[in-house]
Amino acid sequence: MSIVADDKIKKTPADERLKKASVATTLLRRPELGAVAGLVLVTVFFLLTANPSMFTLAGIMNFMAPAAQLGILAVGASLLMIGGEYDLSIGSMVAFAGLVFGAALVVWQVPLSVAILIAILMAVVIGVVNSQIVIKTGLPSFIVTLAFLFILRGLTLVGLKWASGGATQLRGMKEAAAGSPLTSIFSGDAFQGLFAWLASNDLIAKFPNGTPQVSGIPVEILWFIVIALLATWVLLRTRFGNWIFAVGGDERAARKSGVPVVRVKTVLFIITALCATLVAVLTVLDAGSTDARRGFQKEFEAIIAAVIGGCLLTGGYGSAIGAFLGSIVFGMVLIGLTYTSIDQDWYLVFLGGMLLVAVMFNNVIRKRVTGER
Amino acid sequence: MSSIDTPLVEVRNLTKHFGSVIALNGISMVVKPREVLCLLGDNGAGKSTLINTLAGVHQPTSGDFIVGGKSTTFYSPRDALDAGIATVYQDLAMIPLMSITRNFFMGREPMVGFGPFKRMDMKFADDVTRDEMHKIGIDIRDPQQAVGTLSGGERQCVAIARAVYFGAKVLILDEPTSALGVAQTSMVLKYVNQVRNSGLGVIFITHNVRHAFAVGNRFTVLNRGKTLGTYEKGAISIDELQNLMAGGKELQVLSDELGGTI
Repeated sequence: MSIVADDKIKKTPADERLKKASVATTLLRRPELGAVAGLVLVTVFFLLTANPSMFTLAGIMNFMAPAAQLGILAVGASLLMIGGEYDLSIGSMVAFAGLVFGAALVVWQVPLSVAILIAILMAVVIGVVNSQIVIKTGLPSFIVTLAFLFILRGLTLVGLKWASGGATQLRGMKEAAAGSPLTSIFSGDAFQGLFAWLASNDLIAKFPNGTPQVSGIPVEILWFIVIALLATWVLLRTRFGNWIFAVGGDERAARKSGVPVVRVKTVLFIITALCATLVAVLTVLDAGSTDARRGFQKEFEAIIAAVIGGCLLTGGYGSAIGAFLGSIVFGMVLIGLTYTSIDQDWYLVFLGGMLLVAVMFNNVIRKRVTGER
Repeated sequence: MSSIDTPLVEVRNLTKHFGSVIALNGISMVVKPREVLCLLGDNGAGKSTLINTLAGVHQPTSGDFIVGGKSTTFYSPRDALDAGIATVYQDLAMIPLMSITRNFFMGREPMVGFGPFKRMDMKFADDVTRDEMHKIGIDIRDPQQAVGTLSGGERQCVAIARAVYFGAKVLILDEPTSALGVAQTSMVLKYVNQVRNSGLGVIFITHNVRHAFAVGNRFTVLNRGKTLGTYEKGAISIDELQNLMAGGKELQVLSDELGGTI
């Protein structure tokens, strides 16, 4: 008797139930959901297990720096993945761009601005080569860029030996770049004045001598944030962004609707190469040297970060902000483990596990979005 | 300039050869404003070749192709679109993962702002999409929902609405009802009727005589690359049309055997 009554009450406002579901669907429709969940999970985990110093200002900068280096690559990779292609050459590209940039500075001794320009031009060329081979042959970008993963890594080794006279490391970039007005954009910490002021007013932690423990925000973190915001804006609010989704979602349909498929893909490959080059410039200027192992396996980490951020492996769906958050998850785990008593090599286990969970999660989301059953 | 009786598109003795294959061997048909011309034909009758020729994908081998009173040749689908002839293909050129709005304006995004701040006018796009959907009678909660969530009939209607919104005068519908259930079909046919009443000419390609009869004003039957004839709605019955399309009596015999169910 009472059960029947309950049923009646529940059935009448059926429309309201629909509306509630629609709010939930709206949330679920956001591709970043997985990355947000992952970030919350990882944060809670380290809040419980790690030394509290991990979440001080200095600790946060510690894990944000590697997150930024990976994240710049991941944001570029996410755009390309949404466009329906992969670029496995970005890790090797970091090393190769580092070599070109370093050689320009140290061997040819051109000014920093010219060296950066050379590196950018080289990135455009590699991006165009990658994209044209993929587009003209119709081969999967996976295999074409896998070839370039090896080609660029090999060229870097050969080139480094040539540039350094037999070694696989090239040094002296810091000295060569010193004095250029561009140095502060690509290396060091930003907002040092602000941080000094904050420290003098006891708003942030400082050393006994009064200097702040964190002297500023490393520029790579700022680049990371700016690029993620820019990519998100392009993706969600510009015509080109609509074309990226269209090309990745269904190339034929996009072409029929007048989307310049070839141009979109070419630009996307150039963007990933440019992201790799930016990481190369930032890390080379930071370390003052470059070596053949730069960017090793970063292509996979970038793709994993993009997948954690909600990018589908099949293209047409994803988010740059998701890749941004996915990269922070990476940085947190990589550095966070050193704040715990856990063996650091669990990092790799985490990496694989996170990828697996993310892919399965994305699959469910895709079905929900398209109403597939 | 063009009166109500000027045909939007007229085709006379159109032929199309692919090498030694004669795909179209003398097609004649006329589409006027405010009418649905049904192109009926069985598989291999030349329907697809005809559509592709009208849409500018193929160029005819010979024959006259007259648009708005002037003899014309289309060298690309773009030419056809510019002349107001829009084709809604069976695969609809829609992307399930993208929102209705983004699909609706794909390749023709409305822009606001200038310089580096030039961006898609999402609000305008959403409003137009919601309006257009409302006109069809599809009540979408949110134009940002993915096209994949729509039913087959709704998708077909969105594709048609997109063509109409972007200025089509002649609409070529390639088997719009072939993969749909009964309710979905009636929804699409209702919308085709609505489009016709708004003054467009519609070329409705199908092999389903019932669907054709529901909305068509005239019926042109194709067989083996030729037009067998064009019939006004009042001048032919469904059964006659069916037999004509099948090109013989066998179907009638079979139909009788099966108790008149075809």
